[in-house]
Amino acid sequence: MRIYLDHNATTPPRPEVVDLMTRVLRDAWGNASSVHAFGQQAKAALDEARSRVAALIGADTTEVVLCGSGTESDNLAIRGAAEAQADTGRRHLITTAIEHEAVRATMAALGRRGFRITTVPVDDSGIVSVDAVRDALSPDTALVSVMHANNELGTLQPIAEIAALARDAGALMHTDAVQTAGRVPLDVRALGVDLLTLSAHKFYGPKGAGALFTRRGVRLAPTLTGGRQERGRRSGTEPVANYAGMGLAAELASATLTDEPARLAALRDRLEQSLLHALPDTLRNGAESPRVPNTTNLSFAGVESESLLIGLDLEGVAVSSGSACSSGTLEPSHVLRAMGCSHARALGSVRFSLGASTTDAALDHAIAAVTRVVSRLQGVASGGGR
Amino acid sequence: MRIVVAMSGGVDSSVAAALLAEQGHDVVGLSMQLYPQGDGADAQKYGACCTLDDLHDARRVAARIGFPHYIINFESRFSDTVIRNFIDEYVAGRTPIPCAHCNSDVKFAELLERSRGLGASALATGHYARIRTDAEGRFHLHRGSDHAKDQSYFLFSLGQAQLAEALFPIGELDKATVRDHARRLGLQVAEKPDSQEICFVPDGDYAAFVEREAPSRMRPGAIVSRTGRVMGMHEGVHRFTVGQRKGLKLSASEPLYVLKIDAAAATVTVGPREALAETHLTATGVQWVSGTGPDAWRPAAAQIRHRHAAAEGRVRVSDEGTAEFEFAAPQSAVTPGQAVVFYDGDEVLGGGWIQ
Repeated sequence: MRIYLDHNATTPPRPEVVDLMTRVLRDAWGNASSVHAFGQQAKAALDEARSRVAALIGADTTEVVLCGSGTESDNLAIRGAAEAQADTGRRHLITTAIEHEAVRATMAALGRRGFRITTVPVDDSGIVSVDAVRDALSPDTALVSVMHANNELGTLQPIAEIAALARDAGALMHTDAVQTAGRVPLDVRALGVDLLTLSAHKFYGPKGAGALFTRRGVRLAPTLTGGRQERGRRSGTEPVANYAGMGLAAELASATLTDEPARLAALRDRLEQSLLHALPDTLRNGAESPRVPNTTNLSFAGVESESLLIGLDLEGVAVSSGSACSSGTLEPSHVLRAMGCSHARALGSVRFSLGASTTDAALDHAIAAVTRVVSRLQGVASGGGR
Repeated sequence: MRIVVAMSGGVDSSVAAALLAEQGHDVVGLSMQLYPQGDGADAQKYGACCTLDDLHDARRVAARIGFPHYIINFESRFSDTVIRNFIDEYVAGRTPIPCAHCNSDVKFAELLERSRGLGASALATGHYARIRTDAEGRFHLHRGSDHAKDQSYFLFSLGQAQLAEALFPIGELDKATVRDHARRLGLQVAEKPDSQEICFVPDGDYAAFVEREAPSRMRPGAIVSRTGRVMGMHEGVHRFTVGQRKGLKLSASEPLYVLKIDAAAATVTVGPREALAETHLTATGVQWVSGTGPDAWRPAAAQIRHRHAAAEGRVRVSDEGTAEFEFAAPQSAVTPGQAVVFYDGDEVLGGGWIQ
C-alpha cells in the first residue's frame, strides 16, 4: 500500500484528463496558428481550454495567457511587468521572504540588473505583514508579488488587502496562486489582482501547462519572443494537448470546490491532532488559520526530515520537506527561517499535503507509520540503539 | 532482514548491494553526498568519487536490481570531521589518511546511526575485508581475501559494537570476481575504473587544496640538515611528508629525504635515505578490535601505510589509548599522521595514529 501525501508537489492527472490529452495529441495535432482545417481544429481545442481556465478563476477568456508551467507564468508576470514599466521610471519591486523559488530567483535576477527589490518579512505564523507592504510601497513601485498560499505551510496571505494598497500606489499586483487555483474557490476580481499564476499539475492536470491571468489593460513585455502566439505574450507553437488537459482539469476541479475543501480539512485536522498527541514535543509550523485545507507542516523533536522522509518512503508513505525543487541540498527551508524557526526545527520540518486519493483508511495507515518511524528515530537519536 | 548498503557509485559497493538483494535481503541503498554539488566553481574543486555522477550511477544500479536508493546529505558532517582533520594534520606537519577517518567518523558513526533509524539490522559496505565470529560470539576483523585489494588497514577503528552491525559482502571475493558479478547482473558500473585519489582532491595536489582551504595557516620556514644547518627555505610545512625526496629544491651531493617536520618551529629536517630508518613507533588514539590490547609485549606485524607489507615485530599498550611497536628490522619512512595497524597474520588486532 502506497499513500501519497505530497499533493503540493504534484497531483496525479485525472483519467478523463489523460484520455482527452491522448485524443487531442492524436486527432488535433494541427498547428493552432494555421489557417486550414487542421489548424482550426487545434485552435478550437485551445479556445475551449482557455475558456475553462478563465471560468475557474472568474476571468475573461481574453485575460488568460497560456504557458508552459507555473515557473514560466511567474517569470512572465514579474519580468514582463518590470520591463514594461522600466521606461516609466518605476523600477521598484516588492516581494516576500516566503515566496517559491520561481519568484525568489526571478526577483534576485532583476535585482542584479538594477531593479530595486524590497523583501517584506512574515510573522512567526507565516503570514505576510500588510503594514510592511504599506511601508515598502513607493511612487516608483512597479509590482507587488505575494503568493496566495505558501507551498510549505499552506498559510493564506492577505492578498485582497495588499492588492488594494498596491492599486492605490499605482503598482501592479501579482499573486502566485499555484497552491490554491483549482483547490479552493478563487476569484481574480474579489482578490483584486492584476496578475495571477496557476499551474495545471497542482489540480490533477498535466505537467507542462500553466497560465497567467493578465487583467485587461495590463502591459507585459514578453519573455519569449517569436511567432506572437498568445497575443504576443508567449511565443511558441502551443502544446495543445497540455492546454486541453489543463482546461478539462480546471473544469473538473471547479465541480469539486463545494465539498472537497471541507473533506480535506477534516482529514488534515485529524492527521495533525493525532500526531500532535501521539508524539510529544511535535510542533505545527505556520498558522492554524487561515490556511489551505490540505496542508500541514510539522516538526518532530530531535528528528531530521531527511531520515524521516526515507523512513516513511520505506513504509510506503510519501511526504516531503520544504519544496521538492530544493531537495538535493540540505539548506533549512527559507520559509521556516523567515518565520524565525530555529535551525533544528527547520531541518526537522515535514510537509503533509492531502488530496483526492486521501481516504480515512489511508490516513490511518499514514498516522501509524509516522508514529512508528518518528518513535524509532527518536529512540536512536537519544542513544537507545536497537 | 533490512540491510542498508553505503553506495559510492563504484563497482565494489554496487556489487555488495546487488549480492545482498539477490540473497533476498531487504536492501536499502544510501549514497552520501559529501561535498557541494553545484554547477559553479565549487563543483570543479572536488570529485574523484562520490560526485553527483557517481551517486547517479548508484541510483541506476538500485533501479536495475530493484531496491530503494536515497542520496543523503553529509556535507557538514564530512567537512567538520574528515576535511577539517585533513587540513589540521597537514598544517601540523603530519600526513593524514582521510579514508580511515571517513570510516571511523562518518560511515561507522553517523551513517550507522542513520541505518538504525531506518530499521536496518546491518550496514554493509563494499570494503575488501572479512568479519569472523568466534565460539564466544566475539567479532574478529580480517584482511580481505584479495590481498591486493585488502582494505582492512582503513577499518582498524571498528570495535565490537561496529563489527556487530557491519557487513562486507565482497570481502571473500577478488576484484575480478566482483567485476564478473557486475557483468552477470548487468550493472552499468562493471567496467568503471577504481578510484585512486582521495575523493575530495581529485587532482592529487594536496598542498594546493590545503592552501586554498586554509590560506591563513601556512607556515613558511627553513629546511635544515640534521646538524641544524639551513639548506633552503620552504613555503609551508604542509608541503612535506616524511620520506619525501621530490620537490625539495636543494642542491646536495647525495639524495636528500625529509626526516622530520617540526610545525611549531616551521622547520623541515632532511638527510640521507638511511636516516629514515626507524625501529620503534608510538601510536595514539589506539583502538583494539577486541576491546583491549596487550599489556605485555606480544608478537605482531605492523602496517604503516596503505601500500606497505606489514613488518614483523612486537606491540604493547604503553598507556591508555597509546601503543608502542618495535620492528624486528628497521622500517623506512614511519610517517606521523598515517595509521599503524597491528596484525596477527590476516587478523587485525587494532591500530592508531603514528606520532
